[in-house]
Amino acid sequence: MLKIENLHCELEDDSEVKILKGLSLTINPGEVHAIMGPNGSGKSTLSYVLSGRDGYEVTEGSATLEGEDLLDMEPEERAAAGLFLAFQYPVEIPGVGNMTFLRTAVNAQRKARGEEELSAGEFLKVVRAKAKELQIDADMLKRPVNVGFSGGEKKRNEILQMAMLEPKMCILDETDSGLDVDAMKLVSEGVNALRSPDRAFLVITHYQRLLDHIKPDVVHIMSEGRIIKTGGPELALEVENNGYADLLAEANA
Amino acid sequence: MMPRAKLKAQKQERAAELVRPLPQGGAWITRAREAALARWSEMGAPLKRDEYWKFTDPRALIAEGTATAAIQDTSDEAPMFDAFDRVKLVFVDGVFDAAASDALALEGVEIGLLEDAAKADLHWAKDIYGTLDARAQTPVERPLASFNTAYATQGVLIRVTGTPAKPISLIYRRSADGSDALLHHVIRVEAGAEVTLLEHGPLAARSNTVIEADIAEGATLHHIRSQGRDHARMGASHIFAQLGAKAQLKSFTLTVNGQLTRNEAQVWLDGADGSAHLAGASVGDGAFHADDTVFVAHNAPGCESRQVFKKVLRHGAVGVFQGKILVDRVAQKTDGYQISQALLLDEDAQFLAKPELEIYADDVKCSHGSTSGEIDATQLYYMRARGVPEAEAKMLLVLAFLAEALDEIADDALAGDLRDRLEAWLQRHK
Ligand SMILES: Nc1ncnc2c1ncn2[C@@H]1O[C@H](COP(=O)(O)OP(=O)(O)OP(=O)(O)O)[C@@H](O)[C@H]1O
Ligand SMILES: [Mg+2]
Repeated sequence: MLKIENLHCELEDDSEVKILKGLSLTINPGEVHAIMGPNGSGKSTLSYVLSGRDGYEVTEGSATLEGEDLLDMEPEERAAAGLFLAFQYPVEIPGVGNMTFLRTAVNAQRKARGEEELSAGEFLKVVRAKAKELQIDADMLKRPVNVGFSGGEKKRNEILQMAMLEPKMCILDETDSGLDVDAMKLVSEGVNALRSPDRAFLVITHYQRLLDHIKPDVVHIMSEGRIIKTGGPELALEVENNGYADLLAEANA
Repeated sequence: MMPRAKLKAQKQERAAELVRPLPQGGAWITRAREAALARWSEMGAPLKRDEYWKFTDPRALIAEGTATAAIQDTSDEAPMFDAFDRVKLVFVDGVFDAAASDALALEGVEIGLLEDAAKADLHWAKDIYGTLDARAQTPVERPLASFNTAYATQGVLIRVTGTPAKPISLIYRRSADGSDALLHHVIRVEAGAEVTLLEHGPLAARSNTVIEADIAEGATLHHIRSQGRDHARMGASHIFAQLGAKAQLKSFTLTVNGQLTRNEAQVWLDGADGSAHLAGASVGDGAFHADDTVFVAHNAPGCESRQVFKKVLRHGAVGVFQGKILVDRVAQKTDGYQISQALLLDEDAQFLAKPELEIYADDVKCSHGSTSGEIDATQLYYMRARGVPEAEAKMLLVLAFLAEALDEIADDALAGDLRDRLEAWLQRHK
């Protein structure tokens, strides 16, 4: 599904700042991978580079989604191709209604894929049902995108967008941060409901707790712009118990 | 710096060059016209060196000869306010067209024409016509308004006694490339009455309009106008409104295209608990200069005022905002708000703003802000990352930027019509 090979990137404005330094990763359809790693190791940057945010210069390596070169596409083309990023810090957009935004996004993607747009009625029906599952009330749908939402509400709103857009490759950047215990369950259920043999997930997190709900097949440890260790779910437990010190030492040895 | 006396002499000289015989009329209007002409001659014509015209060059507005501007074909859009039931009064090149207009009849309103009223020796409008213009000459001079009062022969005189079922809609059409128009409207909204006045269309190649509105106790005037799409059009407009206790004014102006537009408003909140909202959205691409110059005077306690002006500019377009809130010593519990913002779509566009507060009461709440910026890159990326194409995402962000101004329109359906115009403009200027 997602294949990243030897990816290097630096800041566009400052080529001295190198963030990704030879990152490789392959995620097959149906799999859930987790990435853990110390603050500043480049996890969010990886998600930004994959989704096409300005400001980063890829200097080496490649990233493909189902064989298509992601790095060559505009952000909206990547989205239409099936890539989704649940943001670590969802963006507030005053003046744009949440519902309007969702419908515009859904229909834009459908149009880009040559599918028919959803009618207002159909859309409303689906959105209401999915919002209910995530306990997002009607008022939140009417309000401007993320404006005045609590931290947890913003994260649930990201998952609602994901549920509506039905992407193939979902990247979740610290979706668990800011969530209370109940909200974490809701969000995990939302994610698990989307799990399917032809969809894959990359879950960035600092905590084992989320991985209790969303069971990963593979866990990667990232440090200084590279994957330094890959293993099974037990790797997350090791981090939870011992921190990164041993793993980092082992990698540097 | 030129000495004040010398500037004054230049202004008066320029004013004298534009003086011509006053139009014929009955006693009341002749008196008003003579007084206005005296004001014009004394104040002199506006010149670029005037502090009040620092950001906008008035030269073209008073240049001799008939102005010309190509008439824009607008058949790609539905006519403005088409879906709304209203009394239509049509002006062609600034002259009333009876054949194209509805009958001047509407329950709860008395509608007359300036050209008819001017023939009478006495008219109810005599207490307002030219009076508010004269009042508006302090603390800053607005000579173009006095010029209008002296020479205008066209306009409507509206007296509202009830709450008419539909809006009064002034439609400005053009037939000739070359045209100069002076329009002068007077509105008196009697105590407790409420009316909506719509204005739309390009009026003339060059126009000078005055609206004098006297809004009595507990009365409400809604005013929504759209100034037409002609690119080379230019004009100066004036809204002078005095409000009694608990009276309300809501005025919104859409300025789309036009090489030179100066919209002035002077509002006096004379009675307790009055409310005045002045808002505008302007969008310009290229040879566009739109100036909103707004002055709100709080002369009584407990009044509320809002000034909300938004401009979207690109390719050398220029936006100007001069806004002032003046709070008198007696105007305790004033709630004043003023915001002027420009969204610059490229580096050539320019926004010049002069926001001012002058407060003489101690128990007031006044805030003002002025910003100019570009489209937020993070918001744009977020929308694109959800699959919204760049152009569409930009359009949504621009409309979101303009929304605060449109929100000032009380009627959602009318606001929706204006929003559609803005959206169409943005589509055309992607
Ligand atoms: N636009 C930027 N300008 C300057 N530095 C940047 C920028 N983007 C990323 N960095 C730097 O790159 C490094 C990686 O940042 P990134 O946000 O990807 O880390 P992270 O692994 O997601 O951390 P966290 O766990 O705290 O979320 C950090 O040192 C950060 O300061
Ligand atoms: Mg991060």
